[in-house]
Order: sequence, then structure tokens, then C-alpha cells
Amino acid sequence: MAFSFFGGVHPKENKWYACDKETQEFPAPDLVVIPMSQHIGAPCKPLVKKGDLVKVGQKIGDNQGLCVPVHASVSGKVKAVEAKAHTSGTTVMSVVIENDHQDTLCEDIHPRTQEEVDALTPAEIIDIVHESGIVGMGGATFPTHVKLSGGIGKVDTVIVNAGECEPFITADDRLCREQPAKVIGGLKLIMKVFDLKEGHIGIEDNKPEAVKALRANLETADGITIDVLPAKYPQGAEKQLIYAVTGREVPSGGLPAAVGCAVFNAATCKAIYDAVYDGMPLIKRIVTVSGDILMEPKNLLVPIGTSFNDLIDACGHSENPYKVLSGGPMMGAAQYDLSVPTIKGVNAITVLGRRNEYAVEEPACLRCGKCIDVCPMKLMPVLMYKALQSGDVAEMKSVNVMDCIECGSCAYTCPASVPLVLGFRVAKQMIRNEAAKAKAKAKA
Amino acid sequence: MAQMKYFYELTISSSPHAHAPVTTKTIMRDVLIALVPALIGSVYFFGFRALMVTLVSITACVFFEWGWCKVMKKHCKVYDLSAVVTGTLLAFVCPVTIPYWTIILGDFFAIIVVKMLFGGLGQNIVNPALAGRAFMFSWPVLMSNWVKVGFENAAGLLSTADAVTAATPLGAMHQGMLPEATIGQMFLGNVGGCIGETSALLLLIGGVYLLYRKVITARIPVSYILTVAVLAFLFPRGNDRIAWMLSSLFSGGLMLGAIFMATDYVTSPITKLGQIIYGIGCGVVTILIRYFGGYNEGVSYAILVMNTCVVLLDRIGRPVKFGAPKKEAAK
Repeated sequence: MAFSFFGGVHPKENKWYACDKETQEFPAPDLVVIPMSQHIGAPCKPLVKKGDLVKVGQKIGDNQGLCVPVHASVSGKVKAVEAKAHTSGTTVMSVVIENDHQDTLCEDIHPRTQEEVDALTPAEIIDIVHESGIVGMGGATFPTHVKLSGGIGKVDTVIVNAGECEPFITADDRLCREQPAKVIGGLKLIMKVFDLKEGHIGIEDNKPEAVKALRANLETADGITIDVLPAKYPQGAEKQLIYAVTGREVPSGGLPAAVGCAVFNAATCKAIYDAVYDGMPLIKRIVTVSGDILMEPKNLLVPIGTSFNDLIDACGHSENPYKVLSGGPMMGAAQYDLSVPTIKGVNAITVLGRRNEYAVEEPACLRCGKCIDVCPMKLMPVLMYKALQSGDVAEMKSVNVMDCIECGSCAYTCPASVPLVLGFRVAKQMIRNEAAKAKAKAKA
Repeated sequence: MAQMKYFYELTISSSPHAHAPVTTKTIMRDVLIALVPALIGSVYFFGFRALMVTLVSITACVFFEWGWCKVMKKHCKVYDLSAVVTGTLLAFVCPVTIPYWTIILGDFFAIIVVKMLFGGLGQNIVNPALAGRAFMFSWPVLMSNWVKVGFENAAGLLSTADAVTAATPLGAMHQGMLPEATIGQMFLGNVGGCIGETSALLLLIGGVYLLYRKVITARIPVSYILTVAVLAFLFPRGNDRIAWMLSSLFSGGLMLGAIFMATDYVTSPITKLGQIIYGIGCGVVTILIRYFGGYNEGVSYAILVMNTCVVLLDRIGRPVKFGAPKKEAAK
């Protein structure tokens, strides 16, 4: 049963650039930069130092608390442990490894047989997921083991997110076409952790090949339903996907577990499968390198830590890039330094030409209300932006700025090109600052 | 391997990095396209002076906005075509005999006082074209100098002395009589009145285009026109309810006001329910002015009155956010 969430937009899908390009293995570069922070939570502490020799899959960073370890994606010598540019726009402590091109596998990596896997308890699976450094690979990079352990007993519906509603990106589409069994295998492991008999795969109807491939790998006994949803942005947004599949509304400020749901990206499922069956930590991922000025858009299986530069070079471009995005055009982050490494949450690198420029000087809201019609959270962006302009933090809160998921539907639609999402990010920060101030005051 | 092999001038900005093809300019362009049938009709009914008045008005509006930005050293956005729309609409609500200096003064009031002094496009509280018209009623005789339709009666481009004056349907209706003109004549626009308001048919064609292009929704025009229709039907003057209702719909500036002026984004409510109430309010005030006011046309003042209520109407019918706590009604 599929529901249609409110609002949404239909940006040009632009999937044709890369959707029929088979995933190629990108040769490991001479140098990889592995940031200690590739997840939401406490950054890792480096476990290696300059001059150390590391092997493929070796854990090179870990920490206590809400943290996910990171692993070497190549074998070789640690060239440096220093702060390096990061896709978040800041610098992050990173381990720089000089690739010796020997691909020496770490001794800790052991495949498991089906019997061994069947014997694993939920706690053991969660432990493997944690030790393998798995995070949400759709872009949010929330630690997967936390989602798993936090959902036990609460989650009655698990949904694989293969929506991939962002324009240009085809990484999950390719994954579902090429390795459907592993995505489904990962989902089955998650179902085992939650002790569920049923699972869902949510996918947009613009990926018929992927749907076919997934269906071909399903048996009725699996209890897995494929929910083919109408292509509409942001179909892959967690709350919208849950609504589309189950009709449940995640409460404002709450987590999906509050309505008994847990959502995992298709690539995350595949990573869980690899970790459990092959013992292989998350050191490679599929990245769509696409964009309107690339000579040859590609889907690449990329070692974590490969620079954007290397990947863009592999595709070539016909004119100087105007914007390079980590992610797609709707929610991706613009990069200024192409030496940034591909990290676990980068599902695409989108390279856009200057024709995509749309910003205007001194944008003037027309009050047309189109933003209200497209907001999938049923907010009123026009009033939220007005509240920001007035600088009234209480008003910003009362028009629900904190509920904004920054999907960009409003700013995409706004005829006056008002930088709505930018404004709401600022507004959210103002609200947080105010809250922190109030807290500090209460303490004093 | 060198890490910074190339240096590109990469642009950094917040997401989203894609934009829909609809912009302020395309919206204004669509409104202008939708006004073209009525403009052609006005030339047919009132002669080339109708086109001339419109062009003068457009030029004046564009000049005033551009000049204001130059003098105040503001970023000039006259290319968004909103001043062109204002100029066209103001000309459309004037009689064809209007002297050029009068409409230029009206343009000045509309653009400088109503629009730019309030902060430019999007900031004005009332519709600039209608406020300009209200200002021009400082010269009530000039604003009520109606002429007979047809080229042979047309006012000259420079002198309006030759024009044959005539009554408008609304004039008769204000006296409680059905107009002389037939319903068909009024629907086609073959009657006295302001430059762009007489032909319901041509304005409706423009309205359908705007609906098709999703520039406007049907909420405001339909609630406005329906309200007028229902009230006129319930409280007819004379014996023929249907004729009175249709005359009320096709006379005066109702179609122009309901389709092109009440739907002005800037001065209409943003919520769906607010828009419907606003349309109903426009209809009620229009009828009240037509029935009980001193002047026989109520559309422009009705819209101006309702413009001032938009701040309140914006508070009505706000959507309930996704994931809002459900009321205890579930019990």
C-alpha cells in the first residue's frame, strides 16, 4: 500500500547521464586520505602514526562513545596524520596512506559460511556492523549499529531506501541492478536483528530495471515487499519514505523508531552483507560521478579516501566546473577544494556547468505561496523566511523552522530565487544558539 | 600525485543547486501574455488611443521604477517586468479618453508611493495599479468620461474632443435598471467602460491561460465571481434575476479585477482558505459598493479594502505540519 506524501517537486531527473553505465572498479589511487570523521558523532582517534605500514581493511581509527571506526582502503605506508580538507567544508584529522599497490589484505578479515552467519545472534551482528565501520550511506552517515541496537523491540517495519530521488545520482540504482541479492541479503540480516518476518524495499517507479532485478531475487518466503513509489522528490527523505510505505507520520522532533520504523539505505544493506558474509569492513562504495558538463559520467566503485579530483579526471569535463557537489543538486554540498576525499556518505559527485547559475541579487519574495504547496513537511517557508528577516527567534520557532528537512523543494520552486534553505540553516543555528544561551543562563 | 592539479573558480553556495524554470520574470511575462487578448480587444472597441494610453502608462511605470532605483542607488530590478504589468493594468482601468498627464501621475503614485516607498516588489500592501487608479479619482470627471465603442467614435490620439460620450452598463445598473446593452454585447465587450475591462470573453481567455500555466489558481477568481453571482441572484433589482446576475458579472471591472488584480500574489493571502475568504470578501464588498455606494463601480475599491485584510487572512487555514502531535480527538 503506497501513500503519497504532501508537496514535493519534479526536478529534471537527469538520471540518463549515468543510469546505464555499469559500475566500474576505480583503480586505487597512489594516495588516499581517510578522515577520522565520516559519521555523525565523536570523531575517531588515529590508531596509526606516520611511517606505519597498514593493510587493506585494517582499522586505523576508533574512539569511545557514539563513534564508528574507520579502516584503511589500500595497503601501504602512512605518509602523514594531519588535518585535511573534508567534504563538510572544514578540515578534519586524517590518515594519509601512500598506496603500495600490493593490496595486502588485513589478517583480521575472514569470510563466514552460511552456517556461521545463521548462528550469529543479533548482538553479534550489531557488533560486526559496528566494527566494520558501517554508517548510513545515503548521505546522513548516522552510525548504523546505533540505529540497529536502538530499534530492537521498537521497530516493527524495516524499510530499505532505494528511492534515490536526487537528480543525477544512480549509485543505488546500479547497486540494485547489479547486486540485488546482496541488498536483499543485508535486509534479511537487519530483519534478523529486529526479529521481523517482513521487510520493505521502497524504490521509485523510474527505476524499472532495478525493480525487476530485485524481484527476480526474491522468494515469497522472504516476506519482503517491494514498494514501487511514484517518482517525486523528496521520495527518499526518511520521513516521507516512511509515510509513503506505511502511512505513518514520524512525530515532529522524533525518530523513525517512534512509529516503529527503521530505514536503511540500499548501499548500507549491501555493506552490512559484505561485513557479515565476507568480513569486509566498509572501505569501498559506489559513487556516481555525473553532471551536465562531464564527458563521460560514470558509476565507480571507489576506495574510501580517493580524492574528488581523481574521480572527476577519470570522467573528463567539457568546460570548467562551476560547482562541484558532494551529492546531488538538491541537497549536495558545494566543494571548494577538490582534494577532498570520497567518504562513506558520498553517493555522488555532481559536476555542474555555469548554466546552472540561478542566484539573483536582492531576491524579492512575491508571496506567491508556491513554497507552501511543495513543502513535504507542510511548513510555510514564506513565513519562516520572513521570521528570519525580522530576526525574531521566538517567531522562527513558532513557524516550525526546526521541522525543516532542508530538502530544497521550496528554494527550487521559488520564482524569486530567495535563498530559503540557506536562510533556514541560519535560522536553525540562531534557535540553537538561543537555546544554548538559555541553558547557560539557567545553570548560572 | 599532486593534490591540487587544477585550480577552478568553484562557486560555493547552499543547496539546492537546481532551480525550476519558473521565475518572477516568466510569471510577469505570462500575465502580460494573458492580457494581450484584452489589449487587442480594447483597440478594436476604442481605437488606437487605447494602445497609446497603455504604452504611455507602461513607459512611465518602467521609467519611474528605474529612476527611483537610480536616485536611491538601489539595485534596479525593472527587468522583472512587474512595472510593465502595473502599467498595463493601470491603463486598463482608465477610460480611453484619459489625458496622458493624468495617467502618468497615476503611474507615479502607483510605482513610487505604493510600491517603491514600501520597499519595492513584494513589500507593497495594496495593489499598485488599483491604488494608482484610486489616486486618479482626484479627477473624477476625467475618470468617468466614457465613450461609445467603435472606430468611428474613437477618441483621437492627441485630442479627445471628437469622442462621443456614452453611458456604461454600470451607470444604468446603479440606478437600479438593467443596462441597455444586451448580455451578449457585455460578454463580448461591445460596451462603454475602461480600456481593458469591457470584454469578459477576452479576459476569461487570459484567465484560462494563467490557470493553464499555473500562474494563478482558481481559488480567488472563482470565489470572487461566484460570490457576486450569488448575491446578484439573491438580491436582484428589477424582475429578471438571471439577466441582473449576468449583467452584474459582465459589466464593469469584475472579470479584470477577479482574474488579474485580486490574484496579485503580493497583496493576496498565502493560505488556501485565506484566499477563498478573500475572494468572497471581494465579492461582498463589490456588491455593497455597487448597491449602496455613491459610485457605480465597486471592484477596485473592494480589492483595495480586502488587500488591507490580508495580514489577518494569512493567519487562517495554515497547514498542519507533518508529524504534528495528533489532537486527542482520536479517542
